[in-house]
Amino acid sequence: MIDGTHLPVLQVVVPLLCAPLIVLVRGGRIGWAIATAASVFFLASSLAILLEVQRVGVISYAIGSWPPPWGIEYRIDAANAFMLVLLGLVASVVAPYAWASVRAEIPRDNHYLFYALYCLALAGLGGIAVTGDAFNLFVFLEISSLASYVLIALDRDRRALLAAYQYLILGTIGATFIVIGVGLLYLMTGTLNLADIASRLGDVRQARPVLAALAFLTVGISLKAALFPLHMWLPGAYAHAPSAVSALLAATATKVSVYVLLRFYFSVFGTTAVFAAMPMGDVLLALSIAAMIVASAAAAFQTDLKRLLAYSSVAQIGYITLGVSFATATGLTGGIVHLFNHGVTKGALFMLVGAIAFRLGSSRIDRMAGLARSMPLTCAGIVVGGLGLIGVPGTAGFVSKWYLVLAAIEAGSWVIAFVVVASSLIAVAYVWRFVEVAYFRPPSEETARLKEPPAALLVPAGVLLAASVYFGVEPSLTLGAAYGAAEALLAGPR
Amino acid sequence: MSALDHYSYWVTIFLLVAGLFIVIARGNFIKKLIGLSIFQTSVYLLYIAPGKLIGGTAPIVGAGFQVYSNPLPHVLILTAIVVGIATLALGLALVVRIREAYGSIEEDEILRAEQSAARDDAT
Amino acid sequence: MNPETAVLVAVSLPLAGAALIALARRSPDAREGATLVTGVALFATVASLIAPVQAGLRPSVALVEMLPGMPIAFTVEPLGLLFALVASGLWIVNSLYSIGYMRANEERNQTRFYVCFAGAIAATMGVAFAANGLTLFLFYEMLTLVTYPLVTHHGTEEAKRGGRVYLGVLLSTSIMFFLFALVITWHAAGTLDFVPGGILSGRLGNAALGGLLALYMFGIGKAALMPFHRWLPAAMVAPTPVSALLHAVAVVKAGVFTVVKVIVYVFGVDSIRGLASVDWLPTVAAFTIVAASIVALRSDNLKRRLAYSTVSQLSYVILAAALLTPLSVVGAALHIAAHAFGKITLFFAAGAIYTAAHKTEVSQLDGIGRRMPWTMGAFAVGAVSMVGLPPTAGFVSKWFILSGAYDAGHWVAVGTIAASTLLSAGYLLPIVFRAFFRPAGDDGGHAHGEAPMPMVVAMVATAAATLLMFVFADLPLSLARQLVGGQA
Repeated sequence: MIDGTHLPVLQVVVPLLCAPLIVLVRGGRIGWAIATAASVFFLASSLAILLEVQRVGVISYAIGSWPPPWGIEYRIDAANAFMLVLLGLVASVVAPYAWASVRAEIPRDNHYLFYALYCLALAGLGGIAVTGDAFNLFVFLEISSLASYVLIALDRDRRALLAAYQYLILGTIGATFIVIGVGLLYLMTGTLNLADIASRLGDVRQARPVLAALAFLTVGISLKAALFPLHMWLPGAYAHAPSAVSALLAATATKVSVYVLLRFYFSVFGTTAVFAAMPMGDVLLALSIAAMIVASAAAAFQTDLKRLLAYSSVAQIGYITLGVSFATATGLTGGIVHLFNHGVTKGALFMLVGAIAFRLGSSRIDRMAGLARSMPLTCAGIVVGGLGLIGVPGTAGFVSKWYLVLAAIEAGSWVIAFVVVASSLIAVAYVWRFVEVAYFRPPSEETARLKEPPAALLVPAGVLLAASVYFGVEPSLTLGAAYGAAEALLAGPR
Repeated sequence: MSALDHYSYWVTIFLLVAGLFIVIARGNFIKKLIGLSIFQTSVYLLYIAPGKLIGGTAPIVGAGFQVYSNPLPHVLILTAIVVGIATLALGLALVVRIREAYGSIEEDEILRAEQSAARDDAT
Repeated sequence: MNPETAVLVAVSLPLAGAALIALARRSPDAREGATLVTGVALFATVASLIAPVQAGLRPSVALVEMLPGMPIAFTVEPLGLLFALVASGLWIVNSLYSIGYMRANEERNQTRFYVCFAGAIAATMGVAFAANGLTLFLFYEMLTLVTYPLVTHHGTEEAKRGGRVYLGVLLSTSIMFFLFALVITWHAAGTLDFVPGGILSGRLGNAALGGLLALYMFGIGKAALMPFHRWLPAAMVAPTPVSALLHAVAVVKAGVFTVVKVIVYVFGVDSIRGLASVDWLPTVAAFTIVAASIVALRSDNLKRRLAYSTVSQLSYVILAAALLTPLSVVGAALHIAAHAFGKITLFFAAGAIYTAAHKTEVSQLDGIGRRMPWTMGAFAVGAVSMVGLPPTAGFVSKWFILSGAYDAGHWVAVGTIAASTLLSAGYLLPIVFRAFFRPAGDDGGHAHGEAPMPMVVAMVATAAATLLMFVFADLPLSLARQLVGGQA
């Protein structure tokens, strides 16, 4: 039997080593095989870790056997174990999807680079999730970000270059803010281990540099997480990236950043410092509500389906941070479960839109007239995913919204509860823009001769979509994991 | 203790604000990257300066040395510099590709080109 | 089949039927055969539940847990059974009618039509048998979504506009108010199960109860309480069988059914009787009854007139439930059935007139009764039932509602019922008069006879049911009486 003790580090090292391996063999097909294998390994390993965490509580792994706080520690509790599962699930569904999608969207010579960067991005995202070291976290953040910039720029569309450039500038500003925050914490505590920082903060928890660190970290992470109004990079990046990249990033990248925010807020600074001494709860609340309303409204006015979904992502991040802003068990559970549910749903949606673009060569809504006639399965899938975004009962989106509304009512803020339910109606408006065009316009000559996209694209999307419906009807797994994560976070600094 | 005693912080803050200002105010993609580099450099100083103790020496145990500088910030910043160079290299590569695709590296010209392309697309 | 299995079969049978219909899309005969067979099987399944429920059993089944402590679960209780019986029975008749209508009018996308229809019935069964608020909400939303393609069936700009209003009003009321009310109820009571006597007694203050009731009543947009009634006239763009589905079989009935269910099983009739914060509801319902009747009186378009008549009749049910007396609650339950039979007859007739004579306005109907005696005869029966005169079903339910209002001493309600009886006579009986006693107008020599055979058969069947429910009121009455614990 394989010994499970080294899984936390293998989780990162395997995809990290696969990247140069792919570059060495320089083959598109073999690159795909390696990337898929790495993703599946990632999923299997993350599930094993989740089970282990549910058994023992917290896994601490000392890199190179240097004990923390001197060495780098990988520390996994219920919160990041859940993140790893989301990452693994999405990555191992997107990798098979990439086979057909990449061949259509990326020049042949660059295929192997795509898969190498895919592995690199996965390694970076996984690293962020497992590490218990603040500076290590920054390094992984930059590994994943640099890989994402290139992945976005790989698309044939020249606007992808602009989007990647803009993302690079804003992403680097965000990362630098994070390093500044980490540096201030280091100056105050003399350590970089997150748990160690938390225990040493002690009396200086209210000192001005620590509060400044909190502010820098909040802004930096919010940039990476595309929290309104720091989301400017996101619509362009998701709209012009290759479909597989949009699906991967939309489902994971911003989610991992939200996890980092949670980790700093709850496990390092502690709820009192963040929500009582500083008004972060109110700030997050206001920004979340603005995101839910403004970004949803912006989505309703888009002419491109991918860009529409991207704006919807900004809005959905608002729902996640709304749950965080309550800093209660119900709110956090709602936020974390929405993080998972939305990741799965949006991943599926981006894959389906990519499948349409595979045949149509565009994701402009006005070119999709009557598409439901020629691609019934794909369009039905988008409708189901769209219903998930609205939060119709029977989809995963409903479960998370239920918890968010309940959390608002528990917090006594009836108005906010009402805003949450009312804002999902804007989602109806943008989902229905697609429905009316695809189902009720007569097919154009262009759409009439299209066929359903190949199964290689539809099956992976279908898997994620099925997951999003399954977790809407039988959410005990996700809710249990999210509740565990919320408890682990609310337990506060150790 | 006057404000000038903390001059390394003042330099840090100046670099930080100047770099950020260039990124925001300049429309030229190369200049933006230069600003970004300056901005990142401020962080290097933020880490390195407090690690140095006056009268301290390199952290090698030897007779007659009681005060050592902290080596950890140097290591961290070496990593950060690597990250910074990678970012800059990637950014410059992107600018080259942008120039190939648009024939310009000025933000306003490119946006104008995009807008007219979008108009052509719509008609 | 034991009752528990029968419940599951009742919910899943229409879905299986939908799959069959989709498979048989190449052959219209097989497709419509599948619809009818499923309909008959469904009705038999639901009917098999009558005996156990009358014996006092409440068969229940719980499926997966959708939220912790809140499974998707079904329980058969008298009101739900009555609703399911009406809906599944009328589905058979409506399918028969649809076959005639869709073929005669050469409608497109017929397979989608039959599939969505079966889906709507499945959702209706789910609503009827829901054991808790969450299950009910799940199927309530499913019903909205699955009927949307039916409303926009023609795919024209007008249909899309109608569909937008339909979906917009129903989804926004249900998400903004209904869902919100459910979360509040869950927060206050810790459960959403439907329990006789309610789950909220002692959990909320007087004012909060009133606010919650408002959220429920306006949130259940399918009950078309003014000002959230606009979707019903907007949905008139749909083919006539769909209108019949909306007005008689499923949609609005699901709305008022939910209203009664919420008042009886969530609030509890006894625990909110006499509360000052809830006595606005009869007044709002009374206003809707009168206002909708007046709009109906003034519209020349036949379907529009019938649509506003539905808005008015639905508020009878809400009014009756809101009076909170045993007699009136029995009346509310009976009126769900009585109105279903009467209104479906009227819509069938309107569709038959459109199919045979291509007429849509009331003013064009002079003398048409002589060419289409069966159609207009059925229309007359339906109209009499709407007015509430013997020997029709409408009389039975109205009698109970009126007795309840009298018992409660609610003179506004008594006056409203009297006034609306006159108003509905005013907007329906002249049509009958026109059809039979006025000379036919000059319609350009367009010769036509009766509508196609399946449509006439369907109409006569529902008209007969309207009459029979007057004579054999025992079954619905016994079920409705169980609802109030035999108090009436």
